[in-house]
Formats: sequence, C-alpha cells, structure tokens
Amino acid sequence: MISGDKILMNYRYLLNKFAWALLTIIFVIVLNFFLFRVLPGDPARAGLRDPRLTVEAQEAIRARFGLDKPVINCFDSLNPLKIGNCAVNPLETQFFIYVSNLLRGELGISYHSNRPVVDILGERLWNTILLVSAGQILSIVIGISLGVVAAWKLRTMIDYGALVSSLVAWSLPTFWLGIILLFIGSRYFGLPIGGKMTPGAHFESTWEQWKDIARHLILPTITFTIIFIGEYMLIMRSTMVDVLSEDFILTAKAKGLHSIQILKDHALRNSMLPMVTIIALNLGFTVAGAIQIETVFSWPGLGQVFFEAVGRRDYPMLQGAFLILAISVIFANLAADLLYSYLDPRVRAG
Amino acid sequence: MQSQITVSGFGGFWANLKQNSMGVFGLIMVLMAIGMALLAPWLAPYDPNAPVKVTIDDIYAPPSPEHWLGTDDAAKDVLSNFIYGSRVSLTVGFFASFISIFIGGAIGIMAGFLGGRVENGLMRLTDIMLVIPDLPLAVVLVALTKPSLLNIIFVIGILGWTGTARLVRSQTLSVKERKFVLRAKAIGAGQFYIIRRHLLPLVLPLMVANTVLVISLAILNESTLSFLGLSDPTTLSWGQMLNFAFTRGAMSAGAWWALVPPGFGIVWVVLGCTLFGHGLEQILNPRLETHHLAVGEEMVAREDSRMTPGEIVELT
Repeated sequence: MISGDKILMNYRYLLNKFAWALLTIIFVIVLNFFLFRVLPGDPARAGLRDPRLTVEAQEAIRARFGLDKPVINCFDSLNPLKIGNCAVNPLETQFFIYVSNLLRGELGISYHSNRPVVDILGERLWNTILLVSAGQILSIVIGISLGVVAAWKLRTMIDYGALVSSLVAWSLPTFWLGIILLFIGSRYFGLPIGGKMTPGAHFESTWEQWKDIARHLILPTITFTIIFIGEYMLIMRSTMVDVLSEDFILTAKAKGLHSIQILKDHALRNSMLPMVTIIALNLGFTVAGAIQIETVFSWPGLGQVFFEAVGRRDYPMLQGAFLILAISVIFANLAADLLYSYLDPRVRAG
Repeated sequence: MQSQITVSGFGGFWANLKQNSMGVFGLIMVLMAIGMALLAPWLAPYDPNAPVKVTIDDIYAPPSPEHWLGTDDAAKDVLSNFIYGSRVSLTVGFFASFISIFIGGAIGIMAGFLGGRVENGLMRLTDIMLVIPDLPLAVVLVALTKPSLLNIIFVIGILGWTGTARLVRSQTLSVKERKFVLRAKAIGAGQFYIIRRHLLPLVLPLMVANTVLVISLAILNESTLSFLGLSDPTTLSWGQMLNFAFTRGAMSAGAWWALVPPGFGIVWVVLGCTLFGHGLEQILNPRLETHHLAVGEEMVAREDSRMTPGEIVELT
C-alpha cells in the first residue's frame, strides 16, 4: 500500500524536475536573445549588408523585422552600446516582442527564404527524428550487447578487442567517418551520394518511395551507429563489472544459476539504470552528430538548416534552430529523469 | 619492504605507468604527434605557404615519388600540409583545454570548499551548461564573432569546463573532510592557505588526468568547427584540410589521399590522449577490475597489491 507521504514525495520530485527544466529553458531563451544582440555580427548589419539597398529600403526592412525598436528598457542597442530611454513602454521593446512571439509559437521570418522559420523547421524536424532514432536505436542495442559480453568475458581477448575498437570509435570525428563511408559506399556499393530521395525520381507507389528513402538512410545510419556504439559499450561494460562484483551475484552463483541466467535476470536489469541517464545526456552529442552527418550527407534535417543558416547569416533561422535543438535536449533530459524515477523507486522516495 | 602500490614522487608514478600498457601506448602516440608538430619545417618536404605553379594535372594528383600523399585542390603537397596541420590542431587543443581546466577547476574548488549558497548556485550553473548542446552553441558563438584561431580557442575553452568542475568539486568535498584539513582549520589556517597547501596537491593529479581527456575533446571540436568552415581559412588545420577537400571536389575526383590523412591525424591524437588519460586515471584512482562471473579468476586482491605480514606500506 502506498502511503500519502510517498505520493507527496513523488509529487515534489516531479514538480522539482519540471521547474528545473522550465528554468533551463528560460535561461536558453534569454541567452539566445542577447547573444545575437551583444556579439558583433548583429542581425541588422549582417542581414542588410547589401550596398544596393537605399537608406529608405534599409529602414523599411529594419522596421519589418522589428529591428528599429529598442532592444530592452534603457538600451536602444547593445552592440554598439547605445543607452536609451528607460521609461519606454516595455511592450514596445524587442525583447518583449521576441518573448511574446515565442509564446505564440512564432520564431520570426527567415532573412533568406522570407518564410516563417517555424514552417521550415517543422518540415525538417521529422527528417532529423527519423535519422537520429534509426542511429540511436541501433547503437544502443549493439553497444549494450557488446558491453555485456565484454564485461562477462572480462580481461579476455574478446574484452580487449571490444575495448580497443570502442576507444577508436569514440575518437573518430563524426564528419570524417561520414566522408569516408560516403566515399566507399557511393563508389563501390552504388549507394546514393546524399539527400533523402533520388532527385526527380517518379515513384510507382509509396512503398517504392520508402525503399528509396531507406537506401539514402543506410550510410548516415551506419555513421551514427559507429560513433555512438563506443561510448555505450564502455559505460555498459564498467556498470556491468560493478554490478557483477556485488554480493547478490555471488548468491545467485552459489544457488547454481547459469551465467547467462544471472546476466539476464540479475545483472542486466540493475545495469540499465545508469544507461538511461547516459543515453539522455548523450542527446546533446546526438544533436552535434546530426549537424555533422546531415552536412556530409545533405540530409534535409534540422542540422542542415542550422549549418546553412550560418553560411547565409540568416539569423532568425539560426536563432530558431538553436532554440529547437536546445529545447529538445532539455526535454529529453526531463524525460530521462522521469523514466529514471519510474524505474528506480529509491530516487522517487528521495 | 616497499610495496608496489605506493605512489610516491615521479619515480613511483613512472613505475605505475609502465605497468599500464594502454597508458604508455597513448603517451607514445601523443609524443609522436607533438614531435611532428615541433619538427614540421624539417620533416615536411615542401613549404605549404610557398606559391606553386599549377597545371591542370597537378590538381588532385595521385601519390607519386615527388608527392608521397599526392596533391590537394590547390596542387599543394598533402603530406606537407598534414605535417604542418598538426601544429594548429595541437595548439588549439592545448590552449582551449587550459582555459576549460582553469574555469572548471576554479568553479569546482570554490563550490566544494565554500559550500552553501555558492555551491548551490555554481552547480546549478554547471547543470544548465551541461544540458545546453555544445556544438550548436559553439557554432553560434563563432559565427557571430570573427572567425579567427583565437576566437575558436576561446569558444571551445569556455564551453568545455563542466566535466572538470563536477570532478574537482567531488574530489574537493572528499578532501575537505579529511583529518589534516580539519586540524589545519582548527589551528586557524586561512582558507587560501588550506586550498594552496592541502587541497591543490591532492586535487591537481586528478586534474592533470582530466586535462588530457579535455584536450582530446577540444581537438575534436576544433576539427568539427573548421570542417564546418568556421575557422580562419588561412590557418591550416586538419579540419580545414578536410573542409577544402570535401567542398572542392575531392569526392568526385576520387582523391582519397586528400581525405584520409587529416582524419587519420585527428584520430591518432585523440586516441592517444584518450588512452593516456584513461591510463592516468587508473593509476590515480585504481579500481579492482574483476567480478564473480569472470573467467578463471577469483575475486581477490591482485598479486601485486597483496601485503606480507609485518610489511610497512607508505600511504600517500
């Protein structure tokens, strides 16, 4: 029977986690706003560098993107620093307009394509999720299996082999592995050189179209998998070694249980807890991996948008993409915390 | 009789390292890379900055006796670029990680030593930084400032300190409660005196091991930023070489010699640092590596850490 106290604890734990995620998101939003106004490449100058524009046209564009308003109370501009009126209506400042737009789900208009940033990011988000989940699921399954086997066969050739290859995989720059696999795959295995679908192809059926997408997914997914296997294997191995040296394993062994049974029913369960945290923390790196892999394989996802926005100095786009990437990582961490408390009642009870 | 588990001074440290073959291997790999960077002008067959006369056949020319690793998109010798490229990658790696270690160390010691609100605030800041994805933030920061080597070092440095801060804090917390620190406090030693005389000597070794690992991350980050075209195009690093090769048709020209060596260099240095760093960690923070299901082993102390009766063991 669950007592009232425990439920209260549970509530407080969840509330604490939610409040913490919210605070981090607010920090990211504020950082995202001010970074783009404090650092020298400010949007107004960078986006409007075209010398063919008349002064009037520049003013019109500034007004269209709301850049003529003061940044925040007391400051007309942060770079170059211009002190302004402190008594200005806060609702008329760039900061307030930015935040209120965000709350309505608007991320501004792309300088480059003149379309709402939200629409472009929304189209691309699913491609990234497809790519990331395929790679993550494979690397988690393979990495955990390798880690279990390496820990079981500790200090044998199997263990050393798995250990060394994991360290090498960990040291590979993601983009370079992508380039090498792309080189080999497109030259010798007839795999597509990038993109999501064969350009200009006409598909007989949805099934054919999906087959084409799957062919384009092969190389990026292999890259993703190799990059992440190493870390998952190393952590699984050391967690397993810890768990396998505990007394209850000796008890199970003394009861005459088979090694496989002990691994499966006793050790694996207890080793999965730390993995949940690691997988969530890794999502930050997953985002970094997505940017590199999508750039190398021209995969039309968030990472590619982000990279293209840098080259085009498309600041609303860059800002929007950064916000979406950061918030997804924060949410993933929150999800992991909640999952962790669900899996391990000790955490919940405080 | 002197036991083998004692670590005292450099000699003891070296004796321990020699037993750790992965650590030695990593150290050799790192030293070779540093040697190549220092001796670049003597090792490289051509000067990468010297102008060359170019005909169409010289661009992406395959390996030949004149150019062991062929030529790149500007008909420059890939081998010479590779040798000189190690200089930039290593410089960025070292300086950026020094910044990270300094910030992380200061935050970790302050949080662990001062405790209370300071600790709470600093660790919350660390948690926030840990969650924000590094690479996108680095890309934004570099894109908004001028793309120069100094900016890259700075950006990588100020984003890479979170791991160090957590490590140093937990180490500080454990040292803080030791008897000799409490005694020093009781006889009225000042905070800075305790940090300098008692805390740093015990926290520093772990920080050194951590530095080596942070260097490998910094080198990976530098190569990624350069590959994405965010570095100064006039400084030749391995990531920059890959950027040029990838964006200027090495793939379609089939010029594997322009794509393989720079990546190989990065893997070499990063793997070397990783092996060396893990080796150092194992020495400073030894763990018993065995368990109940291990093949052919009983879970007892290893031969070298067994003591004979009456033996005097120096504990440091």
